Amino acid sequence: MNSPATTAAPTAAAQPATPPAPGKITVATTWLDGCSGCHMSFLDMDERLVDLADRIHIVYSPLVDAKDLPEQVDLGILEGSVSNEEDLHKVKAFRKHCKLLVSLGDCAVNGNVPAMRNPFKLDAVIERAYRENVDHNPQIPTEGVPRLLKTVLPLHAVVPVDVFIPGCPPCADAIFYVLSELIAGRTPDPITVTRFGA
Amino acid sequence: MPLPAPSASVRVVTFKIDGQDLSAREDESILEVCREHKIPIPSLCWMEGLSVIGACRLCVVEVAGVPRLLAACTTRVAEGMEVSTDTEKLRRYRRTLVEMLFAERNHVCSVCVSNGHCELQWLAQTCGVDHVRMPYRNAGYALDSSHEMFRVDHNRCVLCTRCVRVCDEIEGAHTWDVMGRGSDCKVITDLAQPWGDSTTCTSCGKCVQVCPTGALTKQGTSAGEMVKDQHFLPILARRRHIR
Ligand code: SF4
Ligand code: SF4
Repeated sequence: MNSPATTAAPTAAAQPATPPAPGKITVATTWLDGCSGCHMSFLDMDERLVDLADRIHIVYSPLVDAKDLPEQVDLGILEGSVSNEEDLHKVKAFRKHCKLLVSLGDCAVNGNVPAMRNPFKLDAVIERAYRENVDHNPQIPTEGVPRLLKTVLPLHAVVPVDVFIPGCPPCADAIFYVLSELIAGRTPDPITVTRFGA
Repeated sequence: MPLPAPSASVRVVTFKIDGQDLSAREDESILEVCREHKIPIPSLCWMEGLSVIGACRLCVVEVAGVPRLLAACTTRVAEGMEVSTDTEKLRRYRRTLVEMLFAERNHVCSVCVSNGHCELQWLAQTCGVDHVRMPYRNAGYALDSSHEMFRVDHNRCVLCTRCVRVCDEIEGAHTWDVMGRGSDCKVITDLAQPWGDSTTCTSCGKCVQVCPTGALTKQGTSAGEMVKDQHFLPILARRRHIR
């Protein structure tokens, strides 16, 4: 596997193309086992993104071009649950390189839909997905895909998490509130503006 | 509709809740008084019109001079009593209790029929549960769709027994009961037979309406569509009381 986050070891090339402007908070984001809906909700901040761009610098994310996680990032934002070995690498890399880690959305916070397979045995789940429900040439993929974990986990079951933003997806207002508080140096209390399933 | 007048022998007592001087009849519980005076205390198994069982422990309060926490629903007010409903300790206990309910069975709010209309969800928010600190049990529970109008999903059940009590005490059918212990504990219809085969169920739907979560629902509801109506309960309970 040569995914971006697994090669998080810092190299000269790993630095973002443009060094972050002084005074700006550096932010890294990525998705694990999620639907990218939380990132879409991030984009839903619409014109507020213009103001945010003056205050944060996104150094690594599916939303920008940088391919490697920098050595030191102020704020890491992760969407999705930890469902396979690649997710596990990414979450550990984010914890190592980010000062503050945000668990964004229900999948990251409580496993949500990806974790619905947990009551079943992994073999049975794979059998069902790749054989039972397939009409044409059923086969179980083994190459070029990360191995699934036996149990889908929320982020905080793997690494310590600093801020939790539940919601599926958390609305743009909730994300904006949390970012604004963090930028202002305050501790946000996201449960006042969002909840499981919101 | 007012409650029947208390008999002459019921005394009125004075006491303090969160520093506020209050008075009430001595046969009232701390929880009833708090509800009357809009003092917020979370609760789950308690429901106006049903018998009181003190099972969920979410309404625990501190009473001066009593070393342990007391359930507000099962504790009567008394002369000179000093009650605290919102201390750091109580908040810690309540939050942990709600988290344990989420960890025990399988709650996937985003795709649940009760999303947005669920008492457990609301409790999580008011108790500050932004994540569950204990590991999820991940044990799968059954779902019974055999009834032509209703469905029970044990993955969402919190064992509050509101369904059991409303069916027995208000409808008089006693279709519901509880079976098993610990994590095997579950609500059952008749003698653990499929709900659709029940010979006692009158299909009145009261259990569905009082269920605080997405465990009991109407057939044909999809995510977020199950809105419950519990207004009938105090009215029915009072009528029965008067008769
Ligand atoms: S019953 Fe309530 S808490 Fe449980 S999944 Fe449904 S909405 Fe969420
Ligand atoms: S089915 Fe609903 S009302 Fe009955 S015990 Fe479970 S949560 Fe309570």
